[in-house]
Amino acid sequence: MPKLTVDGIEVEVEQGATVLQACEDAGAEIPRFCYHERLSIAGNCRMCLVEMERSPKPVASCAMPAADGMVIRTNTEYVKRAREGVMEFLLINHPLDCPICDQGGECDLQDQAMAYGVDTSRFDENKRAVEDKEMGPLVKTIMTRCIHCTRCVRFVTEVAGVPEIGAIGRGEDMEITTYLEKALTSELQGNVIDLCPVGALTSKPYAFTARPWELRKTETIDVMDAVGSNIRVDARGSEVMRVMPRNNDDVNEEWISDKTRFIWDGLRTQRLDRPYVRENDKLRPASWQEAFAKIAEKVKASAPEKMAAIAGDLACAESMKALKDLMGALGSANMDCRQDGAKIGGKGRAAYLFNSGIAGIEEADALLIVGSNPRLEAPVLNARIRKRWLEGGFPVGLIGEDADLTYDKEYLGAGAQTLKEIADGTHPFARILQVAEKPMLILGQGALARPDGDAVLETCIGIIRAAGGVSADWNGFNVLHTAAARVGGLDLGFLPGEGGKDTHAILDGASAGEIDFVYLLGADEIDTARLGNAFVVYQGTHGDRGAHRADVILPGAAYTEKSAHWVNTEGRVQLGERAAFPPGDAREDWAILRALSEVLDQKLPYDNLAQLRAALCGDAPSFEMRDVQPQAGDLPEGGAREMTDAPFHAAVRDFYFTNPIARASKVMAECAALQSAQGEGATGTNG
Amino acid sequence: MSVRRLDPNQPESFEFTPENLEWAKGQIAKYPDGRQASAIIPLLWQAQKQAGGWLPEPAIRYVADMLGMAYIRAMEVATFYTMFNLTPVGEHFVQVCGTTPCWLRGADDIKDACKKHIGPEKTLSADGKMSWMEVECLGACVNAPMVQINDDYYEDLDGAKMEEIIKALRDGKDVTPGPQSSRKTSEPIGGLTSLTEVPGAGGK
Repeated sequence: MPKLTVDGIEVEVEQGATVLQACEDAGAEIPRFCYHERLSIAGNCRMCLVEMERSPKPVASCAMPAADGMVIRTNTEYVKRAREGVMEFLLINHPLDCPICDQGGECDLQDQAMAYGVDTSRFDENKRAVEDKEMGPLVKTIMTRCIHCTRCVRFVTEVAGVPEIGAIGRGEDMEITTYLEKALTSELQGNVIDLCPVGALTSKPYAFTARPWELRKTETIDVMDAVGSNIRVDARGSEVMRVMPRNNDDVNEEWISDKTRFIWDGLRTQRLDRPYVRENDKLRPASWQEAFAKIAEKVKASAPEKMAAIAGDLACAESMKALKDLMGALGSANMDCRQDGAKIGGKGRAAYLFNSGIAGIEEADALLIVGSNPRLEAPVLNARIRKRWLEGGFPVGLIGEDADLTYDKEYLGAGAQTLKEIADGTHPFARILQVAEKPMLILGQGALARPDGDAVLETCIGIIRAAGGVSADWNGFNVLHTAAARVGGLDLGFLPGEGGKDTHAILDGASAGEIDFVYLLGADEIDTARLGNAFVVYQGTHGDRGAHRADVILPGAAYTEKSAHWVNTEGRVQLGERAAFPPGDAREDWAILRALSEVLDQKLPYDNLAQLRAALCGDAPSFEMRDVQPQAGDLPEGGAREMTDAPFHAAVRDFYFTNPIARASKVMAECAALQSAQGEGATGTNG
Repeated sequence: MSVRRLDPNQPESFEFTPENLEWAKGQIAKYPDGRQASAIIPLLWQAQKQAGGWLPEPAIRYVADMLGMAYIRAMEVATFYTMFNLTPVGEHFVQVCGTTPCWLRGADDIKDACKKHIGPEKTLSADGKMSWMEVECLGACVNAPMVQINDDYYEDLDGAKMEEIIKALRDGKDVTPGPQSSRKTSEPIGGLTSLTEVPGAGGK
């Protein structure tokens, strides 16, 4: 390992590290524009110049490998002057439009110009001007500001795996653009906005709405998919203005999907901001007392076995716990958190978790994906698979619907037949899993949410066990969830109790008249037509499918409006914080259920969040440890089971419309419209 | 140099002729597996030749598809190298060297002749047969000033000689490439000044 001296401090760095990394180890701050630790090294901005002994010129530290005995200086007059020269060149063609630039206040160029810029310009020629480029509904471009760091080009090519941005022309005429200015098609494209060190690529929906210094920043958790990306919600007053990623190497690194990032306009529209009661087939605004009284009346008229509850995909653990306890107090065992009817739960935690961990993907050396399209179900997790694939030596097989996953994969087949062949070892891919040291299997909801989902689950466990994928230090069995609420619900047992009905049975019962009271906790992904004549209470945030069918609406808090826990697909318990208050009369969900319980004479035994959380930990000890990937325990034996030959369908088709918030978002609707237009275009002649 | 853009009028499609396709396969085969993209420049060049001296947008896509590259990657190459013409050029495409040695020896006169007899730079002449543009050094400074017309160099020019060449080409007459002066290739203009003996005659 090379040893070098930086500003008189001796540091030892990994073989292959750069001088820039060595400088950071030594505590020296190096300015940079093009260098980014998660992207390849370009070395084209020259801002990271340092002085190196025995070198006739300053060297670009980001592109210079650290070598033994180097003597580096980062704080001399020589270095300062070199960087000032670079900055002067950068500013020659950069417009002085900070007052109207959305990047203002969080701009790398602005910040670094404070340290290395000079107060006047010696350049009195015409500045370059570049035509803005169209990149779709999410990324706004003001290309005159571009300093050609090529971070966006490298990101979409390397991380997103959709090589659509490039630099055309050369020299002064170089321009960043997409091919013929087509819109980007990546689900991770919003990240180029964060990567852009200047204001060339900014957020189109957020344009000209707020300045960074007027925003209140809250660190919280995303619920758009089951990855549980760490996010920062920036709010002004009661309005969420934007969502940004937070770094968490174990979960989302520093990327978030476009749904996570651009969902915020959906938090403002279609909101339920007061209780409603249905009268004469019309919903009318009501007070909380009226709404509760109506519910109490119906509950009294019903019987425990005729009542049911379904929890939706965005529900937090606290609200599910309160609803579970309330249903328990009412004597009903009919409850389910699996809106799609996935056949999971009841076999131990390891049978429904992403056991390898998201970071664990990087250790795997073979992957079989069953009934899932991770690119749509968990774009950030898919980027991690791609990252592993880029390292090489990572065969990927796919069973289910064929799709472009942004990396090479072998398409094995559409359904259970192929799975059977792998299970009995006749398929060549079984051999690939066999020889792999850390084989991995990702089982999607598409293969679980079908009548024989149980058999698929056990067959998959059998396959990974037979391949040696379950050992003391490696568990290659992974369930990829699509709903942020799901693992939490399974952990705390929001499942049919003794003799209770699951989602399908509840809906069947409601159609047949056996169920006459249904409590929907933000459940919109069910066929509401099958609720029959049951009395439906909808507690949620948006006027979506569930609310349209409801007889009583109780307005709840969205994920940015409450302090609550969610459990991601790995089983990682994470706490979301409140960034804004719920609109109007809407309240935090657990508090609504607590208040309702009192009206129903079944008072829940907790008066505040702390007591509720203590009760939650009592139910499910996994909630005691936050922010860690849990040891899930033993996986059931598994083995080949009888399955029907029906192909596995993808769980997520409309990436931009998977939940009520997304369906209320205009930005998501634009993205979806563009996507379907491009889908049609692809069959035409314009390629 | 200035920003180069694709021509607004593009053909519907582009495809190599069978001979060119065969040739292209030969070029691609020169590179190891997974490195086919290295053949991008010869293929684009051949496509430009086939399309009549310029590179239509469908040809960029065609070559990218052939090499398994993203379209934008091929576009980057096509726009980076000025030898790829993104707009149509004349049947006789005159590239006038305007770099220092040629300029000192009268490249401006040649440009004037082109302007007068062909038209404005980078536009097709009225009869559609000719176009011209100024380029950087073509490496024939010893015979400055010079131009390149299609694949041939025409050297030791002046305004009048350029005019003659343009007229002759327009009329379909043959013009001999090379120095338009009395000398052979780049020999001294007044005859040899050294190496005048017959080699070996001195008996050494």
